[in-house]
Amino acid sequence: MADLFDGYPEGVAWDEMIEPGHTVRAPYQHVHRTMGRLNADELRVRADALARSYLAQGVTFDVGGEERPFPLDSVPRVIDADEWGVLAPGIAQRVRALEALLADAYGPQQAIADGVLPRSLVVSSAHFARAARGIEPPNGVRVHVGGIDVIRDSAGGWRVLEDNVRVPSGVSYVLSNRRAMAQSFPELFARMRIRPVADYPRRLLQALHAAAPSGVDEPVVVVLTPGVYNSAYFEHSLLARLMGVELVEGRDLFCAGGKVYMRTTEGRRRVDVIYRRVDDDFIDPVVFRPDSLLGCPGLLSAARAGSVTIANAVGNGVADDKLTYTYLPDLIRYYLGEEPLLNNVDTWRLEEPESLNEVLDRLDELVVKPVDGSGGKGIIIGPAASREELDLARAHLRADPRGWIAQPVVQLSTVPTLAGDALRPRHVDLRPFAVNDGDDVWVLPGGLTRVALAEGQLVVNSSQGGGSKDTWVLGEMRRGARPPLTTEGGPPAPSSADGDTPAGVQQDANPTDTEMREQNQQQQQTPSSGEPPEPPTRRFPAWRSSC
Amino acid sequence: MLSRIAESLFWIGRYVERADDTARILDAHLQYLLEDPYLEEEAACRALLAVMGATPPSEETEATRTTVLDVLAYDRHAPGSIAGALAASRENARRAREVLSSELWECLNTTWNALPSRIRSSSPHEYFAWVRERAAIVGGITDAATRRDETLQFLLLGRSIERADMTARLVTSRTLAGGAGPGWMTLLRSCGAHEAFLRTYRGRDSETLAAEFLLLDRLFPRSVLFSLEQAERCLTRLAPIDGRGLREEDARKVLGRVRSRLEYQPLLSLLSSLTEEMVAVQEGCSDASDAIRLRYFPSGVADDWIGDRL
Repeated sequence: MADLFDGYPEGVAWDEMIEPGHTVRAPYQHVHRTMGRLNADELRVRADALARSYLAQGVTFDVGGEERPFPLDSVPRVIDADEWGVLAPGIAQRVRALEALLADAYGPQQAIADGVLPRSLVVSSAHFARAARGIEPPNGVRVHVGGIDVIRDSAGGWRVLEDNVRVPSGVSYVLSNRRAMAQSFPELFARMRIRPVADYPRRLLQALHAAAPSGVDEPVVVVLTPGVYNSAYFEHSLLARLMGVELVEGRDLFCAGGKVYMRTTEGRRRVDVIYRRVDDDFIDPVVFRPDSLLGCPGLLSAARAGSVTIANAVGNGVADDKLTYTYLPDLIRYYLGEEPLLNNVDTWRLEEPESLNEVLDRLDELVVKPVDGSGGKGIIIGPAASREELDLARAHLRADPRGWIAQPVVQLSTVPTLAGDALRPRHVDLRPFAVNDGDDVWVLPGGLTRVALAEGQLVVNSSQGGGSKDTWVLGEMRRGARPPLTTEGGPPAPSSADGDTPAGVQQDANPTDTEMREQNQQQQQTPSSGEPPEPPTRRFPAWRSSC
Repeated sequence: MLSRIAESLFWIGRYVERADDTARILDAHLQYLLEDPYLEEEAACRALLAVMGATPPSEETEATRTTVLDVLAYDRHAPGSIAGALAASRENARRAREVLSSELWECLNTTWNALPSRIRSSSPHEYFAWVRERAAIVGGITDAATRRDETLQFLLLGRSIERADMTARLVTSRTLAGGAGPGWMTLLRSCGAHEAFLRTYRGRDSETLAAEFLLLDRLFPRSVLFSLEQAERCLTRLAPIDGRGLREEDARKVLGRVRSRLEYQPLLSLLSSLTEEMVAVQEGCSDASDAIRLRYFPSGVADDWIGDRL
């Protein structure tokens, strides 16, 4: 029975688990040992159990009308505390800068006046929503949830690949991956200190409550979904369920008198915060696409009147435009007065003629991406593209240089992944999620690690056949050194009031059960010698009296 | 109905509910042990054993997840463990075979037959899920194919008393390891109450509300109050109260006392001595069970006649 790691190749990319020379990096020691002890069949059994549990829960996506479990690879991705100590503040910094940028772009436009950001970039962005000007979010937050995609390059350094501040999705997989992994690999969880992720829905709800229009005591929060046919519907329903709020579709909402209501069996009910998972284009047919049935007419004017909060705010797309991305390091310095903690990937701005020419020359060794794309759509990877594709791309770039950016091919880091009967390196990225409640940007420890399941494949998006891995951030504290619990608004922690030993009354059982056992033994006994056994004298069951 | 049969029915109700609830409690706690890296495993396991009324291992031996599983999940002879409770429920069903529907008997028997292989081959979580599923089938068959006569009342009575007792234990387990036990949300989730709770209180995340829900909600069938009231209703169906009120030894007196103590005590005072209150609920359930035995299943106690052959 072959070791799963047999013949594990050393690639050009940075491998998260195995250093050149086949030494195992420190955070992966336990994982490597446990996986090394399994053979392919055993790992396959566990992987099947993972898939089954996903089918049962409905964590699936549609492939040609058939429901397939979302592929979760059995080998986790591990990040140690020190590394996370760099990454998390970097993510938070990025989100703060994006917030400042959005507040500025839809407000005074100071950065443009100061020449940090070209005006043309803002106004030419496909997602700059003029209708969003003048909508002041109650607590100043526009990016309630942000997903910042980061990668590790071949030198082992973290870089930001893109920002997602419109409707970043994938957090439901983080939650369900964790649950499934804990059930499949209990021994690893027992040995490692993995920081929990289950807090996310509570944090999100807290941030949404904090974003409610002022003067609302107990805000009614809803999750707005495009409906059951949306590929992320599972996520919408999971979040609504875990937050205990209503999951609504556009047709469940209506606006009247500048306020938003939902239709319920008890009449209309005011809605204060809408966590929307519908794109800008569809959210309000009055302002955006008039043929949209997914939104609710009048939402934007209600938001402008300050009677409802839309989260994430409308028009956020201008901040995660991939051309804006190239300015972000400067913007961090400009708005926050800090040095960026995380670097960008080097990017060519194609509006500059010399960059455009260079890119057109070297197109076969670069990656070009549309500035407003998501989900890996429209990306052309030079080395993998055919001559026709490259020619077509050249034409696109010449016609619309504003619409594209170019980057060198980054060798994403790899993590061992189950492929057939062995573990093989596969490329991964990471999307940490940040929740901004106005006071603080909280980064969920871990995030969604997406993995390209085909060998050498660099696009990890799930719509392109990617899978995911559970992402474990190791805690820095030892077992037992638990941080003090904060109880918010609750009663004093009940336990401390009455001592440390919880007590329970011993469980009782049907007394007949024990008697029957004795009696059973008696029935089996044959008298050993002449002397018959004494007939039982106590508690003789009634039904025996007839014999 | 024969007392002996009634007693078996009562205990089928209790044992199946016990297996179900124990599986739920263990599932929540073991998952929590796994997911929370800061937890003191030894102390948490000992406390869990104590809450479930099992004897924790001696000081020298270490209490681990395995200990908990062995004692509370896999032991086929202790009535406090899942496997033990399922075996005992099947034993009782065998004794009451003639009044049970074949479906119910077969369900309990298949469960018992499958126990060894389940214990051998499935992960704890799968095992717990299976137990919950089997219990749900028992519940469904009871509900759909039992005549609404004494048979049902005794099954239900056993189930309700056990449920009150187990929910009380579940609530106590919040205080495991000095307040560091699983949060209220985990506990709610373990008894399938999480979504119901969230919908009832619109996601307000308050400890008080969660405790109130598990203890006192009038509409949620696993709350302590609901279960106690259900048990009282069963007793009233079995023996309506006449003009003279309850007799001294009536189980309703015990249950009513426990219930009103929960119902009419200010919530904060209830919460500040939660462990004692929950022990009182468990004791009350145990006393009520005794009272029911004295009244309805007197065989074991009254017939102390000696060797008088007919």
